[in-house]
Amino acid sequence: MESSIFKYILRYSAPQQLYLLAVTFAYYPFLYMSLELPKIIVNEAIDTAGPPFAIPLFGFSFDIDASQIQFLLTLCFIYLFLVLINGSFKYHINVHKGRLGERLLRRLRYQLYRRILRFPLPRFRKLGQGEIIPIVTAEVEPVGGFIGAAFVDPMFYGGQLLIILSFIMLQDPWLGFAAIAFYPAQMCLIPRLQRRVNMLAKRRIKNVRRLSDHIGESISGIAEVHANDTAHLELARFSERLGRIYDIRYEIYRRKFFIKFLNNFIDKLTPFFFLSIGGFLVIQGELTLGALTAVLVAYKDLAAPWKEMLIWYQQKEDVRIKYEQVIEQFDPTDMLDEALQAADASTDVPLDGEIAVNVGLSDEDGVRLLDGARLTIPPHTHTAIVGDAASGKSELATVLARLIPPSSGRITIGGNDLKTLPESVTGQRIGYAGANAHLQNASIGENLLYGLKHRPQNGGVGRRGAPGAAGEELRAEAQRAGNSPFDYQADWIDYAAAGVADADALQARVIDVLRVIDFDRDVYAMGLRGSIDPAEHPSTAERILQARGTMRDRMRDPSIAVLIEPFDKGSYNANATVGENLLFGVPLDDRFDMERLAEHPYVRTVLDRAGLTDDFVDMGRRVAETMVELFADLPPDHEFFQQYSFISAEELPEYRGIIEKAARGGELTERERLKLLSLPFMLIVDRHRLGLIDRAMQDRILIARHAFAAGLPAALADALAFFDENRYNPAASIQDNILFGKLAHGQAYGERKIGALIQEVVYSLGLRDTVTAAGLQAPVGIGGSRLSFTQRQKLAIGRALLKRPDILIVNEATEAFDAHGQDRILNAVLAERRGRGLIWVVNRLVGGDRFDQIVVMKDGKVVEQGSYAALAESGKTLDTLLQVA
Amino acid sequence: MSLQEEVDLLRRLPLFAKIEPAKLKLLAFTSDRLVFAPGDVLFEQGDTGDAAYLVLQGSASVLLDTPDGPIDIATINEHEIVGEIAILCNVPRTATVKAKDELIALRISKERFFGLLEEFPEMAVEIMRELAHRLEVTTGRLREAHSGADAQLAH
Repeated sequence: MESSIFKYILRYSAPQQLYLLAVTFAYYPFLYMSLELPKIIVNEAIDTAGPPFAIPLFGFSFDIDASQIQFLLTLCFIYLFLVLINGSFKYHINVHKGRLGERLLRRLRYQLYRRILRFPLPRFRKLGQGEIIPIVTAEVEPVGGFIGAAFVDPMFYGGQLLIILSFIMLQDPWLGFAAIAFYPAQMCLIPRLQRRVNMLAKRRIKNVRRLSDHIGESISGIAEVHANDTAHLELARFSERLGRIYDIRYEIYRRKFFIKFLNNFIDKLTPFFFLSIGGFLVIQGELTLGALTAVLVAYKDLAAPWKEMLIWYQQKEDVRIKYEQVIEQFDPTDMLDEALQAADASTDVPLDGEIAVNVGLSDEDGVRLLDGARLTIPPHTHTAIVGDAASGKSELATVLARLIPPSSGRITIGGNDLKTLPESVTGQRIGYAGANAHLQNASIGENLLYGLKHRPQNGGVGRRGAPGAAGEELRAEAQRAGNSPFDYQADWIDYAAAGVADADALQARVIDVLRVIDFDRDVYAMGLRGSIDPAEHPSTAERILQARGTMRDRMRDPSIAVLIEPFDKGSYNANATVGENLLFGVPLDDRFDMERLAEHPYVRTVLDRAGLTDDFVDMGRRVAETMVELFADLPPDHEFFQQYSFISAEELPEYRGIIEKAARGGELTERERLKLLSLPFMLIVDRHRLGLIDRAMQDRILIARHAFAAGLPAALADALAFFDENRYNPAASIQDNILFGKLAHGQAYGERKIGALIQEVVYSLGLRDTVTAAGLQAPVGIGGSRLSFTQRQKLAIGRALLKRPDILIVNEATEAFDAHGQDRILNAVLAERRGRGLIWVVNRLVGGDRFDQIVVMKDGKVVEQGSYAALAESGKTLDTLLQVA
Repeated sequence: MSLQEEVDLLRRLPLFAKIEPAKLKLLAFTSDRLVFAPGDVLFEQGDTGDAAYLVLQGSASVLLDTPDGPIDIATINEHEIVGEIAILCNVPRTATVKAKDELIALRISKERFFGLLEEFPEMAVEIMRELAHRLEVTTGRLREAHSGADAQLAH
């Protein structure tokens, strides 16, 4: 990158900077005239003997035939006009400056991120995320603000300064000198003071980076903080850093404000000279009053550009340092050659030839991890690489995947030097799954498809391809800022790479791969718990309704019927809560909170109209009585409160008070009534068996249910999805949609039996893949945190399989699996990769006879290579490794 | 059956006769009342014991797995408790218990069971009585089997 900010600015915005300068030059004459005019007005129109009137300008005299008042007004309006023109110039220049700055900032950020993607991997061991992120996000922000002003500001304000000065000089040279008498002092003193501030600023930046790195570290290591009770150690460390930043900032402020104080003082000193010297000259008759007035007005204008010049200077220093510090961090040696990541690089180099390896690798400290490792792998074969942890097998795998460049030697695949191949070849034709795979914070499906998204397909038409000027403008602006030529909104999936024709075929293939990685049942279960949008997938919704129908048929069997109580608009569901029975639907957002229905105004209205409020309060009182009776003697932290009680231990005394008050016949307050009213909503007739909701009450709640639906205000119409036998409920899971009812309480193994039944129905209708596809929408969380470690590893292997690479490298990716799981996935992957290259790196070799060849590594060298049968005999290194295993 | 009816029923059982009604109510409220279909297994021989079952209605057979297949060694009737041995002695289930007809049982978790024993020693005495009775029955059977075998040998 360019070594200084000015070089950078010139390289990417020279024409625009020139344009700004040209506009600035055009502005000068108008500026001069706006200074000259007040003098003319005072001298020629106000302080004058009478006609004829004339405007002296640039050495000429323009006669005007008019009365004095007319003349005065004409000049004043010309002045007003000039003010407008000057304002327009400034507006135009400022807008251009801003746009220029934003464009270059966009470019700078893009370039920095681009560099991160090209950093050599070991670099990230030394450079914390917390250090890099603020550079790209916050630190370069002021750089953007400065870029637009870099050239035009000194020109604009400097010119303004010069013009005003020369104007003053023309009036009287002495006054001119007085105006600038202190400039040399300022120009000499301030950079000195500034230098110290700059140094402090540098230190401040470094300390803030460390601060954010510390925060990042605490977040990723939060479990350790809790497990070791080191919160106070971290707090103390954080305090110390804050303290350092505080000291630096305080020092900066003190110095900055001292500079400001000096400047202000000098500014105010000058008028003192104007008034004394100028006043003397006017009294002596050597200077007109008009000229002195104009000089005073001009001087007021002089202060502003001078201040701007000083600000520009300070900003320049600030930005210069920031830029240098940023560049320092973003210019590591060994960065991936930009050409290897070119947007239009070829992919047409098959990597299914023989692999010849002869490499050495050292880490930063010069420790030899690979020491002349030498091997050849015949094309289309399955190879296992084994060795202990220090054998270098894992490093060899990362070098083979071109994730880390070898320190010496080279790797050729089919005669192509791996080093010279663009990433479009290595990244598409080599599949890699490492020991600790990273997942994107997206759905399972998105993660599997991640390996297919290299370039936009079909010409890459997405948002930027929007018809009309809008899409075109987006594209053009990205180009002006040197950003990515590709549209993120386009379809990026390379169907051909996955060996399929279209999206439907891809989905089938993805589900295939799920089976290979032994993940299909998990995703199926997630699918049952997940939901689909019936508007987006009407046919799927239709088929799920079909499954609901089949379920209904199966329920004619009495042994199944007892397990489920279906939703029926016309009858009370004894296995659902009172709240669910009343709403008879599922909330779509937080406008209805099932836990706080008693507080909902519309629910209250419905209860009032149905005459149920008092009965509910009374039921609530009886529930509270039972709870107090049952739980009063238990210690507050007893698990029963959590599991069974309607009332938490903390609230119990309050409820006791309310019951006692009610028993005495006391009038309950509105709050107390609300407390009681909230309890019955949670009652489930068959579960709690309190005998409070008898047939008659159930019928009354049913009437309220109908009233609730009929009177639902329009504003709440989309707040919940009612249960409707013939419609898919978008707020409920697929499982609940199939079941369309509640599990009956107290039926032994009810959940298990129903689970099996749902599975049977889903399978018999051929819905299994549909449900699995819905499961693919499940999010994996940040870094895949919602999945188990094993599940994440499976996904990483699946992702690599899906893109059908020429060579698949599985680098200790299954170490955390249990023996059975490891064996199963090995078999599946071997079958899937039949006839194509596979390199399987493991600590404990199981099923070695299933590989075409085994490579044994020790101390960074290949010590044995051959078939399993040849190597497994006693006396060989492989044998000792197997013995240990 | 409502909670109150259940409590009334529990009170009539000798095992719970000495326990105060409020405690019985809590027991009933916090224990699952489960309906088993005929043929459903309450628990399987060899499983870890996590609960005892009080049969409220219906009956169950106690089956012992042997190399020659399961043999029916006893029947559990209404108001009897089953499955307490595994949780008392901390051993795996000694037999399989299967519902004969539709069976309703109160499932009392291990923790609840011990909690009650600690709180109400009378209940422990009752349990001891029951266990002693079963031991007596088993010993009797063993004696019969033994003399039967002797008789066979004498032939």
